[in-house]
Amino acid sequence: MTDIIAVICKLLAPYNPEHKTLNAETDIPAELNIDSVGVLDFIMEVEDHFDIEIPMNVVSDTRTIGDLATYVQSQLNKA
Amino acid sequence: MVDLLEKHRAIADRFQRMIDMGVNALGVTNDQMISPTRAMVNGREIILAGTNNYMGITFDERCIAAGQKALTEFGTGTTGSRIANGSFALHTELEKEIAKFLNMKHCIVFTTGYQANLGMLSGLAGPKDTIYLDADSHSSIYDGCTLSGAKLVRFRHNDAADLDKRMARDENKEGGKLVVLEGIYSMIGDRAPLSDFVALKKKHDFQLLVDDAHSFGVLGPNGRGLADEAGLEDEVDFVIGTFSKSVGAIGGFGAGNHPLFNTLRYAMRPYMFTASASPASVATSIEALKILAAEPERRQRLWDNSARLFNGFRELGLETGSDIVSPVIAVKMPDELTTIAKWNALFEAGVYVNMAVPPGTPNRLCLLRCSVSAAHSFEEIDGIIAVFKEVVAS
Repeated sequence: MTDIIAVICKLLAPYNPEHKTLNAETDIPAELNIDSVGVLDFIMEVEDHFDIEIPMNVVSDTRTIGDLATYVQSQLNKA
Repeated sequence: MVDLLEKHRAIADRFQRMIDMGVNALGVTNDQMISPTRAMVNGREIILAGTNNYMGITFDERCIAAGQKALTEFGTGTTGSRIANGSFALHTELEKEIAKFLNMKHCIVFTTGYQANLGMLSGLAGPKDTIYLDADSHSSIYDGCTLSGAKLVRFRHNDAADLDKRMARDENKEGGKLVVLEGIYSMIGDRAPLSDFVALKKKHDFQLLVDDAHSFGVLGPNGRGLADEAGLEDEVDFVIGTFSKSVGAIGGFGAGNHPLFNTLRYAMRPYMFTASASPASVATSIEALKILAAEPERRQRLWDNSARLFNGFRELGLETGSDIVSPVIAVKMPDELTTIAKWNALFEAGVYVNMAVPPGTPNRLCLLRCSVSAAHSFEEIDGIIAVFKEVVAS
């Protein structure tokens, strides 16, 4: 999980121009002030990095970096 | 008590910042419409370069007469849904006219274009299905997809290889698959490479829907839209369109050849639970369709005007959202504050365009979005270019 969180934080860099500190509890849209389209664009980057599917329906339930990492892990476990 | 509206504070602050810089770009009121391309706003005559009135048909005398006749014969409104008391002979006539125009078997008319996307997408796909939608899809597509309850997967804009990759990841082996494209994309004016996507149909076994909101009446030798232009009409399963652009009215439609297509009437909540389109609007749409079919020179005029504006902007060194000529021509701005300032300056100089900023734009672009009309004269097009030269390119 730690590795996944680290990758997610790296992928979030272009969406974090103020270089806010990121951790598992970071609420991605709220704390980084990313608009709805930006969040979806970021999720595509995560999908492609891990070669998994993250349907849009899941995105609204994955607010924090930790939520997203948990979902990524669950998808990787299926592979 | 939690104040429900407090969550919109950031929007209010952002809006106020725009107001503080000039007029309200999101609330311009046309006090009088002089023609399809000119309006009076606050006592000034403005050239309209952001109306989506592609065929410039809103003041056509035949359409106006048809609307007036419908008002007299059918009244001001239908006061009911299509599945209750709100189906008039005009609605079924319009559905037949559109099916004929598109050379498709079936058509269903909706009260607005937005509802057409909500209705069609939520009627076609359900919770067991998957919808693949282009990342730059219009908000009405996103909303229709959400209403469907289907699994939603975005693919990169106009990238069939990316769709191929995402479909290969699919775990849903039971439900249906729907791929949604647009003819002309509303913000930057490019269009889907249809043949690339059609090539994937055999591999991934999906049904294909094209939203021709901005391309109905505009693309193809018959004005039928993207598939008409690409010569691939047999490969597109469903077409969605609107009457609020080339048709110069309000309303929308879905069309297809599937034998169960009309069953959608009893499965689409945005069709069933709203009042049907007003008689006058339906009647003007019927007349407009006949005109679009009979007068292809309007389409040629639109493309001539589009090329003139596009080339004029390029000669000024302006960066456009798309590299191809299109009736939608968006000029890129560096940031939101510059966009607001330039929009104000254009408006002060007598030209109205659309101000488009994130999240309503792809890739967080800030745009001065123009849309061209067949009704623009060359003098008006040149006037728009001259104002851009003075205000934006300087």
